[in-house]
Amino acid sequence: MNRAVVYWTAFRTILTKEILRFARIWVQTVLPPAITMALYFVIFGKLIGSQIGDMEGFRYIDFIVPGLILMSVISNSYANVVSSFYSSKFQRNVEELLIAPLPNFIILAGYVAGGVARGVTVGITVTLISLLFTDLEVHSYGVTLAVFVLTSILFATAGFINAVYANSFDDISIVPTFVLTPLTYLGGVFYSINMLPDLWQAVSLANPVLYMVNAFRYGLLGFTDIAIWQAFSIIVAFIVALGLFAMWLLARGVGIKS
Amino acid sequence: MKALSLRGLRKTYRNGHEALCGIDLDVDEGDFFALLGPNGAGKSTAIGIIASLVNKSAGTVEVFGHDLDSQPSAVKSCIGLVPQEFNFNQFEPVVEIVVNQAGYYGIPRRDAYRRAEASLKQLDLWGKRDVQARELSGGMKRRLMIARALVHEPRLLILDEPTAGVDIEIRRSMWEFLREINANGTTIILTTHYLEEAESLCRHIAIINRGRIAERARMSQLLRQLHTETFVLDVRDELVDLDAIPGFTIQVVDSTTLEVSVSRDAGLGSLFAALGERGIEVVSLRNKQNRLEQLFIDMVRNGADAEGCAP
Repeated sequence: MNRAVVYWTAFRTILTKEILRFARIWVQTVLPPAITMALYFVIFGKLIGSQIGDMEGFRYIDFIVPGLILMSVISNSYANVVSSFYSSKFQRNVEELLIAPLPNFIILAGYVAGGVARGVTVGITVTLISLLFTDLEVHSYGVTLAVFVLTSILFATAGFINAVYANSFDDISIVPTFVLTPLTYLGGVFYSINMLPDLWQAVSLANPVLYMVNAFRYGLLGFTDIAIWQAFSIIVAFIVALGLFAMWLLARGVGIKS
Repeated sequence: MKALSLRGLRKTYRNGHEALCGIDLDVDEGDFFALLGPNGAGKSTAIGIIASLVNKSAGTVEVFGHDLDSQPSAVKSCIGLVPQEFNFNQFEPVVEIVVNQAGYYGIPRRDAYRRAEASLKQLDLWGKRDVQARELSGGMKRRLMIARALVHEPRLLILDEPTAGVDIEIRRSMWEFLREINANGTTIILTTHYLEEAESLCRHIAIINRGRIAERARMSQLLRQLHTETFVLDVRDELVDLDAIPGFTIQVVDSTTLEVSVSRDAGLGSLFAALGERGIEVVSLRNKQNRLEQLFIDMVRNGADAEGCAP
């Protein structure tokens, strides 16, 4: 059998399995972020937002919608892979993949694609909900879609690395709680970094989420605190770095082989 | 052709434990091979290395002439593994577990479904195809792992204690199934703690103890190494008095039961003749212990003093 066909079939199998997994438990995977984001839109967008006034020339709710959509994409892409791959380790069904004639990049690509699928599903759901609160006009479809997918890939890959190192279910919640959430909240979702003093502006520039949120906001509103080329370069650089690291971990068998 | 060839296979875990001390082992194509050993002897480590689940420290593994280091995909394509522990997603439906496994081997979904159907029907699980795996009984879970291992039609099937915790009836039906696929050309390597299972199914045997191969032989040849066998005899009438019979060690267990140690040279014919002369009629006879079990215990005991691997 042609090797490319074998790999493609294996990739599709992992992806289908991952999609069926989160679709089967949609009440735990798709519904909660939809409800959480609807509350964000109501409380921060409508109730508090109406008191805040404009932000960088946009209604506050219009300003925060891109960041909130991307926040749900980030957390769900990450959560899907970290929980799925760790569960596979925990139940040892990761062995089904390790004994099969699959190169490591197919295993990684399959899980990352599963994370992207959930990130995109939740992102679209949240976007549709946001239409109840705001008139979304897309400034650039290309930039919007590219950031949507690339951010999803990046955090799905990060989730994979977390799962490889995780030795308990506690370990898969530490990074989202203590790293991802603070980075997202401080990544310019709710404010423009132009509002910050110089020192905190400089500190904010070290936060990779800031670049993604701004690039996505540019795609939807046409406004960004960061140069678009810079944002894309950082996203792609992180994907490459994390992807190579994940491949190295798989090749060494870290966390999955003794 | 060799289905499996191990040379100098060594495994030292990170904690310093030496699980394999450089073992050499060959298994011929078409064989039904038993790999036996006490707990912690290194059987599962060896199987883990062959199946790419454990990184080896040194040595080579060849499966049907393919080297594991240089042709891992070719090696993996040849192997089907039934591990000791249940290692499928307990929340997936039975049929999906088998179909997905086929997909990992590059088998398109429609074909995978057809193969899964055949495989599950063979193992009497087709009726449970839509049930979540966690709802299956222990015996069904074991059969599911066999169905999953066979879905890509491997040339070498490795079973690590496949009948552990399975009742006698299912165990017997699994034996029949394994005999059948072996007769159809699949090479089988089996580890088991049920030595009767190994004796009944396997043509060749290797005993591994403390990371070393203690014995590797044809089953019949190995069993011939037994110098004495102990039989339990039930007699028709109550024993009143029994004098010694030269060449046999006899112990009266109760008034109608005898335990007799018979040397390989003596044979049972002369025992029955001697008992007949004394008016004792034997109504039934059985081995006190499985023959392989006797040998196994001796070999493991002989190696009990060995510590670690020689440099």
